[in-house]
Amino acid sequence: MNVIRLVAREFFGMFVDDGNLALLALVLVAAVTAAVKLLALPPLVGGALLLVGCLAILLQSVRRAARASSR
Amino acid sequence: MQTLTPILSTVTAAFLASLVEVVEAFTIVLAVGVTRSWRPALTGAALALAVLAALVLAFGPLLALVPITTLQFAVGALLILFGMRWLRKAILRSVGVIALHDEEAAFAKETAALHRQAGDRRADYLAGLASFKAVLLEGVEVVFIVIAVGAAHGQTLYASMGALAAFILVMLVGLAVHRPLARVPENALKFVVGLMLTSFGIFWTGEGIGADWPGADLALLAIFAIVALASFAMVRWLRGTNPTAAGGLAR
Repeated sequence: MNVIRLVAREFFGMFVDDGNLALLALVLVAAVTAAVKLLALPPLVGGALLLVGCLAILLQSVRRAARASSR
Repeated sequence: MQTLTPILSTVTAAFLASLVEVVEAFTIVLAVGVTRSWRPALTGAALALAVLAALVLAFGPLLALVPITTLQFAVGALLILFGMRWLRKAILRSVGVIALHDEEAAFAKETAALHRQAGDRRADYLAGLASFKAVLLEGVEVVFIVIAVGAAHGQTLYASMGALAAFILVMLVGLAVHRPLARVPENALKFVVGLMLTSFGIFWTGEGIGADWPGADLALLAIFAIVALASFAMVRWLRGTNPTAAGGLAR
């Protein structure tokens, strides 16, 4: 049981380090998917939005971490 | 070229990502072997490999039942999370916001812990457990990487070959030098792997929602180039604004 818990915790930790980054990335994927499937956004535009959105989320996350460390 | 691009990128991503993980696991197994004895070190490592093999055998066949677009979407989303986590950490380490991972320090820490446990009658068990946990935890990441970069395009075999090559390389070099592989440029590797996994994630999530990328698989290279340029720009910008920023590209 301990092994399963250990593996499960490691597996979760593989995706979530900065919780804010993980949450925003999931919201981005969900929003783009909803826009493509429900609002007829062209899938390629959705793909481009994913690319731009991921970079924006990454920038926000590293900027926040850098600010926190310099305080 | 269009067939070669995903194969090369799959093998490279699996090799580089696995290299980082295998080096970390090797450090702990080596510490156990040198400090305590090789029996618990190798027993723990072998048991962990058996558990990993059981996990792959249990969950691997289930992937074949998932429709390819669903698999690409799910794996793509997970790769975005996984890749951006590595990329974030690599960027922050490059500018000195967080400390670099140090294999010598990890080795020293594990060795000190094993010395403290030397008087314990369960010392061999605890040493074996340390080896088991290290191989299992780093191995879980290797298994995910192999499945993630391989499964969405039916290239699990190529991804496995990349991971196996990393394992063999670390074992050969490790056995030759018989000390922690501290000179591996881990942060640079993590940076490249973070870029690759994030690019894979965006590409496959896009395919999962129906995007017909221009240039098909070649679009992966363009996404990689854009993510790389943006990430290097972030490093440059953070160095300019953060007074604690490190000079040069951190290893």
